[in-house]
Amino acid sequence: MKKSKAFLSYSILALVIYAAVQVMISSGMIDAYYQNMLVTMCINIMLAVSLHIVIGITGQFSIGHAGFMAVGAYFSAIATMKFGLPFPVAILIGAVVAGLAGLLVGVPSLRLKGDYLAIATLGFAEIIRIVFVNVEFVGGAAGMVVNQMSNWTYAYVGVILTILVIANFTNSRHGRGCISIREDEIAADAMGINTTYYKVVAFTIGSAFAGVAGAIYAHNFFIIQPTTFGFLKSFDILILVVLGGLGSLSGSVIAAVFLTFVTTYLANFPETRMIIYSLVLIIVMLYRPTGLLGTKEITSVFKFGKRGGSSA
Amino acid sequence: MEWLQQLVNGISIGSIYALIALGYTMVYGIIKLINFAHGDVFMLGAFIGFYAVAKWDVGFFPALIISMVVCAIIGVIIERIAYKRLRSATRIAALITAIGVSLLIEYTVIFFRGASPEAYPDVLPKVTIDLFGASISSLSIVIIAVTVVLMLLLQFIVHKTKIGKAMRAVSHDADAARLMGINVDNTISATFAIGSALAGAAGVIFGVYYTRVEPLMGVLPGLKAFIAAVLGGIGSIPGAAVGGYVLGIVETIVSAVGYSLWRDAAAFIILIIILIVKPSGIFGKHAREKV
Repeated sequence: MKKSKAFLSYSILALVIYAAVQVMISSGMIDAYYQNMLVTMCINIMLAVSLHIVIGITGQFSIGHAGFMAVGAYFSAIATMKFGLPFPVAILIGAVVAGLAGLLVGVPSLRLKGDYLAIATLGFAEIIRIVFVNVEFVGGAAGMVVNQMSNWTYAYVGVILTILVIANFTNSRHGRGCISIREDEIAADAMGINTTYYKVVAFTIGSAFAGVAGAIYAHNFFIIQPTTFGFLKSFDILILVVLGGLGSLSGSVIAAVFLTFVTTYLANFPETRMIIYSLVLIIVMLYRPTGLLGTKEITSVFKFGKRGGSSA
Repeated sequence: MEWLQQLVNGISIGSIYALIALGYTMVYGIIKLINFAHGDVFMLGAFIGFYAVAKWDVGFFPALIISMVVCAIIGVIIERIAYKRLRSATRIAALITAIGVSLLIEYTVIFFRGASPEAYPDVLPKVTIDLFGASISSLSIVIIAVTVVLMLLLQFIVHKTKIGKAMRAVSHDADAARLMGINVDNTISATFAIGSALAGAAGVIFGVYYTRVEPLMGVLPGLKAFIAAVLGGIGSIPGAAVGGYVLGIVETIVSAVGYSLWRDAAAFIILIIILIVKPSGIFGKHAREKV
């Protein structure tokens, strides 16, 4: 009962945000520059939340997230540009193929732990990137021209779907299995949790939503190039999750929103931006290794109803 | 004798990978940290060598030594400032910090001198020697000789000196080593100093061999050196050397048979195969998981 009430409140909040921004866009209060920033923000939120399920919830350290984004971007672009499919279908194709790629990468590499897993995911992401460089069908190193189809509506619906699926997954039986792996993998194994299965499931879901983000990204900037999806992109996504809090969905969202503003304002000083990013990364890790919010959610601060703990 | 020439090329590249990989493997062996910033120390080494040659007009060997000394100091500073307080932190925290340090070094260099590449001056005479019909550059021979000398020196330090004994003790069991009166902090700093010095030497060698240095040049060789370290068995010093040479030769073969665009992928494919088939590497010991 309480849960459905909270859900209703969130749905209304989501609709109000959407309507407010949409009205501002149609009335011309938000110009193309800021509209573009909003879409970028949505893409960053999707990427952050989709990596959050891998790093924050399951505790598996992946630094190859940009690879799955690349898969989503390229396959959706192929769907729209080469086969003339409608954009929503292309997003779906991007998500499914990226999810499959996640499954393919996840099954062998998730047997590894910690540092080795990080390096393996990085390696897979690089292999994916190099494959796109070498395939002439998608333009090779020069990139692929894509029509602009993304807009605020698509990006926002993508964000809501991502958050909805991942929040519900976290609260489900599967999500709790994943959290137990994060807390102590050996103990989880001993309690009869199929750790490999849950790790692969979380990784696949994360990859699929990175694919959605990639699809929307591909149709927003007119051109996609393999160099965009290098490890710097993976690190950009990583910092969103780390800054927000390893294990906090709302933290990832807030970090994504905040850092999109920072990035937009520092767009003319890319070196300064990277120096600030890296310093933030180091300082957060040295003084608050769980990230700013830790595993807490911002929503637990103002809970609907007085008693906390049962929901969230 | 096409293949002999390719083999020498492969060994030259492999030498650079091996030198960087030694630093990775030593640091990993002692504090179980993948020092992502190691590739950037390599880059700094290349630039220090470049400025030493271009501004002070010194020769190859003084530049090499200057670069090694400065890199050793930088390595110790990095360890003291960033990694020291992470000894008891989670592996993920340490890894993220290492990534942060790596990005910080790269972009600080770009901030101060721009991202444009720099052409390395010719510091070594270039003579091509005909050997069994293959034309081998004297550069390759110098590189291989310098690498072998440095590796022998490292082997001597690790196995014959007191600090080397301390390093082996700490990497075996840091707590027990501390109980035996070994200064663990200083030993770890010494490991970073030696590893970074080798990376600095690799940087100068890379600059001389490829005649082009840029601020982001450390990323890919750094990753490949890490792959070399994993291939040889991370924590094992001979393993890192062998891994570096194997990787260099494989890359050269992939390029030579006409797949030069896939050269970087080859390294990562090797990494993934080795991680799946034998994560402990060629020379690594299998560590059993303890609760």
